[in-house]
Amino acid sequence: MENYYQPDMECAPYEQLRAIQGARLKENVRHAYDIPFYKDLLDKNGVKPEDIRSVDDLHKLPFITKDNLRDAYPYGLLGVPLSEAVRIQSTSGTTGRRVVAFYTQADIDLWDECCARAIIAAGGTKDDVVHVSYGYGLFTGGPGLNGGSHKVGSLTLPMSSGNTARQIQFMTDLRSTILCCTPSYAAYLAESIHEAGLIDQIALKAGIFGAEAWSEEMRRDIESKLRIKAYDIYGLTEISGPGVSFECSEQTGMHINEDHFLSEIIDPQTGRQLPYGEKGELVLTCISKKAFPLLRYRTRDICVLTRNKCSCGRTLVKMSRLMGRTDDMLIIRGVNVFPSQIETVIINCGFEANYQIIVDRVNYTDSLDVHIEMTPDMFSDEVRDIEKTEKEVVDKLRSMLGLTAKVTLVAPKSITRSEGKAVRIIDKRKI
Amino acid sequence: MILKQLSVFVENKLGKLVDVVEALGQEGIDIRALSIADTSDFGILRVIVSGPDDVAALLREQGYIVRLTNVLAVSLPDAPGSLAKVLRALSDENINVEYTYAFVSHNEDKAYVVIKVENNEHAMQVLAKHGVLLADEEDIYK
Repeated sequence: MENYYQPDMECAPYEQLRAIQGARLKENVRHAYDIPFYKDLLDKNGVKPEDIRSVDDLHKLPFITKDNLRDAYPYGLLGVPLSEAVRIQSTSGTTGRRVVAFYTQADIDLWDECCARAIIAAGGTKDDVVHVSYGYGLFTGGPGLNGGSHKVGSLTLPMSSGNTARQIQFMTDLRSTILCCTPSYAAYLAESIHEAGLIDQIALKAGIFGAEAWSEEMRRDIESKLRIKAYDIYGLTEISGPGVSFECSEQTGMHINEDHFLSEIIDPQTGRQLPYGEKGELVLTCISKKAFPLLRYRTRDICVLTRNKCSCGRTLVKMSRLMGRTDDMLIIRGVNVFPSQIETVIINCGFEANYQIIVDRVNYTDSLDVHIEMTPDMFSDEVRDIEKTEKEVVDKLRSMLGLTAKVTLVAPKSITRSEGKAVRIIDKRKI
Repeated sequence: MILKQLSVFVENKLGKLVDVVEALGQEGIDIRALSIADTSDFGILRVIVSGPDDVAALLREQGYIVRLTNVLAVSLPDAPGSLAKVLRALSDENINVEYTYAFVSHNEDKAYVVIKVENNEHAMQVLAKHGVLLADEEDIYK
């Protein structure tokens, strides 16, 4: 028996849903037009708020991109007086690349509700013990699932990430039943639990895993190792956080909470809307959130949308698992990484931009290796000097990305150059 | 005497060390002394050769990263305890030895070592005070 958190919305007849979406879209475009950024953008594109009367008019709105958000940092896209905002979250990245998203209490509530829908779709009830091993803080993973778990009424374990031994201890002692973390951390936990011989003391029944791309093979592997059902979840800070979409018992894609977020698939080259079933870039529009109301935000994530009858009973549109990115962003252990950030660190440490980033997934855990060509200026005839330099790069990468990289200094001209251009990124992960 | 030592960056990978040493051999360069400091991913090959400036230029042409470093070459009686005596003298004067390695010696009574310290002048004064001889050109390049 399928359970729902808000069946009126999750299972609404399509026409009814369209009407709600249209009304909310109209209202939020008017609301956004009060922000100078949107007023300028719409005026420049010759669009008036009254032109947007239903979801069919969505294509008339111009797109916004991450660059717009960065330019607007920090308050340029704030849609309410600061006194009405109660929270910020922020994307991973450098100071220059950071995006700060604002929330009113109502925005937080609807975000939490979206996560509650995900937990309930994964079989969660108030009797469950929800073990949240996403990072807490500026990252939306922890706060989102934490809020959703509260809405459901489950006992919430705000574990945050790291300290695997403590994770396992709480998991066994407090009988955690639903695990929320990145799929790679779930796989790592599974290995660690087996190594410790504790699998029979684990009470998990489900997992909600997101913030990075993963394969069907990885899902089946985690499911068999942890003896659970594993569900995908999708979201991004700019739009709200996890819970923009979530998987149901059918496990064939994620239902988008489209009473709050409108979705389109576009051709990333032309910007044209593509029909259901075609692969392209996902564009999202917030129709309920007030503090950070993004309209036609280009996510850079590539996927497919489908609107078919789902065996779970939900009528919400479904998005496929992520199939890639339209930019060079890498997602490593759930952290967004732009190669340019790594390059900045390398140059700031005194090296030249001759480097290679190698990402791999060993035992389901992402590894980040950075090879940097040695230069005459950085060379010393003492090992400790060179090791100090290497450590400086590792430390600066850690503070910029929140990831520990393995840095290797290599001989000059040793990095593969194809047609004179260095191959900067090697992603060996099979997703 | 003060010698110019060549330090070469070498990746800690199969075949990398032999590549450099082979390059020297092909140019007819005789390695008089050698040491390697290594970590798991790289090594520093330190060599004493005659005509270090020319050899450095030659290696750089071949794409190697080379640094010339001034080190001390000391001549010792080839007898137990003589190196200890030198190192003790330096230690007593608070001179830190960053590294040291031995030469190939053709002299039956003498041993030669390279000593790397922060301040060569100071170390030379200390060594002179203790009657330690520096190696001369002939000792090294003959």
